[in-house]
Amino acid sequence: MLSPVILIPAILNGLLTGAVYALIALGLTLIYGVLHIINFAHGALLTAALFAAYFTQKLFGIDPYLAAFALAPLFFVLGYALQRFVIGPASHGDDRNMLLVTLGLAVIIENALLYAFHADTRTIDVRYSFETIAVGGSFLALPRVIGLGAVLIVALLLWALLRLTDTGKAIRAVAKEKLGAELSGIDVAHIYAMTFGLGTACLAVAACLLIPTYYVNPHVGNAFVLVAFTIVVLGGMGSVPGALIGGLFIGVVESLSGLYLGESLGQIGIFLIFILVLLVRPSGLFGERA
Amino acid sequence: MPDRIGLSRRSFLMSSAAGTAGMLAMPAVLRAQGAGVKLGVLHPVTGALSYSGQQGRLGATIAVEELNAAGGIKGLGKIEPVLGDAQSTPDGGTAEVEKMNSAGVAAIVGGYGSSICLAVSQAASRYDLPYMVDVGVTDAIVTRGLKNTFRFGPGFGVIAKTALDNLVTLNDQAGKPAKTVMIVHEDSAFGSGLAKLLNDQLPARGFQILETIPHPTPTRDFNNVVLKIKAANPDIVIPADYYNEYVLLARTMLQQQVRPKAIYSVLGGAASSYKFVKEFPDAAKYIMDCNHWFDPRNAKALALKKKVEAQGQFFTYEVFMNYSAVLLVADAIEKAGAADRAKIIAALEGSTFVGHVMPYGPTKFVNGQNQGAAPVNTQVLENDIQVIFPAAFASSKPVFPMPA
Repeated sequence: MLSPVILIPAILNGLLTGAVYALIALGLTLIYGVLHIINFAHGALLTAALFAAYFTQKLFGIDPYLAAFALAPLFFVLGYALQRFVIGPASHGDDRNMLLVTLGLAVIIENALLYAFHADTRTIDVRYSFETIAVGGSFLALPRVIGLGAVLIVALLLWALLRLTDTGKAIRAVAKEKLGAELSGIDVAHIYAMTFGLGTACLAVAACLLIPTYYVNPHVGNAFVLVAFTIVVLGGMGSVPGALIGGLFIGVVESLSGLYLGESLGQIGIFLIFILVLLVRPSGLFGERA
Repeated sequence: MPDRIGLSRRSFLMSSAAGTAGMLAMPAVLRAQGAGVKLGVLHPVTGALSYSGQQGRLGATIAVEELNAAGGIKGLGKIEPVLGDAQSTPDGGTAEVEKMNSAGVAAIVGGYGSSICLAVSQAASRYDLPYMVDVGVTDAIVTRGLKNTFRFGPGFGVIAKTALDNLVTLNDQAGKPAKTVMIVHEDSAFGSGLAKLLNDQLPARGFQILETIPHPTPTRDFNNVVLKIKAANPDIVIPADYYNEYVLLARTMLQQQVRPKAIYSVLGGAASSYKFVKEFPDAAKYIMDCNHWFDPRNAKALALKKKVEAQGQFFTYEVFMNYSAVLLVADAIEKAGAADRAKIIAALEGSTFVGHVMPYGPTKFVNGQNQGAAPVNTQVLENDIQVIFPAAFASSKPVFPMPA
C-alpha cells in the first residue's frame, strides 16, 4: 500500500486541497489575531461566498476566477460593514459577546441561505473542471493547481499589506496593544472592521477557487471551518505563515488518512492532530503567545 | 400504562379538548376524499439524491396527468397528487408520511433511496397506509412483514443474481479474460448491502476481489479512490453509487487514465442514464450496467420516452419506474372501488396488472414483492444505451474487454 505510484499523487493532491484550507484559515487567523475573537460566522460567510461564486457563473456566465476580482472587494465591504455596524455595536466591547454575536450571525446566514436556495447540492461545470497536468507520473487537476498558485499570491499580498502599508502597521499595532494604539490616534473600530473585511475577502477568493471542483449547499461551510480551526490551532493563533504551512500539512494528512483509513473516515486524522496539538503544544507551531 | 381513572380534571379537560379538535378535523379529511383520490407522491427532490428524486416525481406526475386526462379513476374521480420531499434523508421521508397521512392520501408512491424507503414503509404501516416502493432495492424493505408495503421493481437478491449470472456469461463468452475485481460503493443501505452480497458471491464464481472501497454520499473527490484502483489494477471495477458520485468516479477514472477491462456496475446510478451518456460521452463509453430498464418492445414505453424527451428531460429509470408504479396503484384503487386503505392493500395483493412499461409481465405480489420484476444488462455503445442481456430483447452484442 505504500507504493509511490499512489503515495506521491496522494501527497500532491493533499497539498493542493490544503492550499484552499490555508486560505480559509488565513482569514480566520487574521480576525483572531487582531480582534481576539473566534469568528463562528466564518463558515457561514464561506457558504455565502460559494453561493455568490455559483450564481455569478450560472446567471452571468462569468468564470469563477474572474469573479474573484469582483467578489473579493464585495465581500471585503460586506465584512467591513458586518463588523462596523453589527458585531462591533452589538458586542459592546466585550469579547465574549462578540463570540456569541458571530455565532448568531452564522445561524442567521445559514438559515437564510437554506430558505432561499433549499438544501440542494449545486455544482457548476466549467470546461477546465477535469483538465489535468501530468507531474512525474501523476495527474493533477488543473483547477487545484491554479488554486495553489492563487493562494500563494494572496498570502504574499496579505503579508506585504501587513508589513508595508500604514493600514498594515495599524492592524499590527491594534493586535499588539489596543489601548496604546488608540492613544496614538489609531481608529480602532475602523481597524477592527478593516481586518474583518480582509478575512471575509479571503473567503471570497477561496470560494472562487473551490467552486470549479467543489459543490455548494447551505451547510457546506461548516466542514471547512472545522478544518480551518484545526489549522489555526496548529499554526498558532494569529500567525500568517502558520496558517499557510498548517493548511498544506492538514491537506496532506487528510489525503493520506482518506487513503489508508477509507474515504468515510478521511477527516479523522485532522481531528486527532487537533487534539494532539492542544495537548502537546497549545500555542501552535508559530504561535507567539502561549 | 397510566391509570385512566387517575386523570386529573385539568388533564382530562385538555385531552378531551384535543380529542374534540381532532374529531372536528377528521370530517374535513373524509370530505376531501369524496371529491377525488389523493395520492402521495414522495421523492427526495432536494439534497444529495435530488436529481433522481426530481426524475421520479416527473414520471409519477406524467402518469397522474395521463390518468386524469382519461377521466381519473373510474367511479372515484380525478387523482390529486400530494407531492412530498424526503430531502434525501430517512427522517425527511418519515415527516412527509405524517403530512400525507393527515392530508388523507389513499396511498403513497415513491421513496427512491433504500434508506428512505425503509423509514417510509415503517411510518406508513402505522396508519395501514398502502405504500408502493418505486426503486429502493434493499430486500429488508419487503422482508419485515409490513402488510402495507409493496415493491414493483426487483430487490437486491434478484438483481445481484442476474448481474452475477450475466457477468459470468460475459466473461465466458470472451474467453475468461477477467479474474480480479474491485468494488467501489457508497456507504448507506444500498451500496453497503450490495457490496456485502458481491463479496459473498463473487469468489464462488471464480473472481478474486482485490479490494472493496466504501465512500459517503456525497463525495466530491474520487482521486484517492481512483489512485487505489490504479495501484491494484483490477480487471473489472464494480461501482455501486448514486448518480453524482457515479459520474464523478467515471470522470476521475478517465482523468487519471485508469482503464480496466470493464466497468461493470450493478445499479450504477449513472451507467444507464441518457443524461450521463449525453453530457460525458467519453467517460460513459463501454460502461456496462445491470439495472432497471423499460421494455423496448412496449409501444407505451416508447411513447413515454418520446414525451419525456419532448419536455427536454432525460428518460432515466426513475421516470419509467415511477410512471409504472403510479399506474399500478391507480389500477388497484379502481379495483378496490374506494379510497379505502384496507381494500387497496387487498387489491394490490391480488393485482395482475399489465399496463406498465417494464419487461416484468403481469404483476404478482408475494409478501409485497412483485415476482416478475427483474433487471436487464445495458452497455453504452456509440453514444447510446443498448440492452445486451437478456438475449430475448438484446439490441446489441456486448463489447468486452473494452478497447484500450
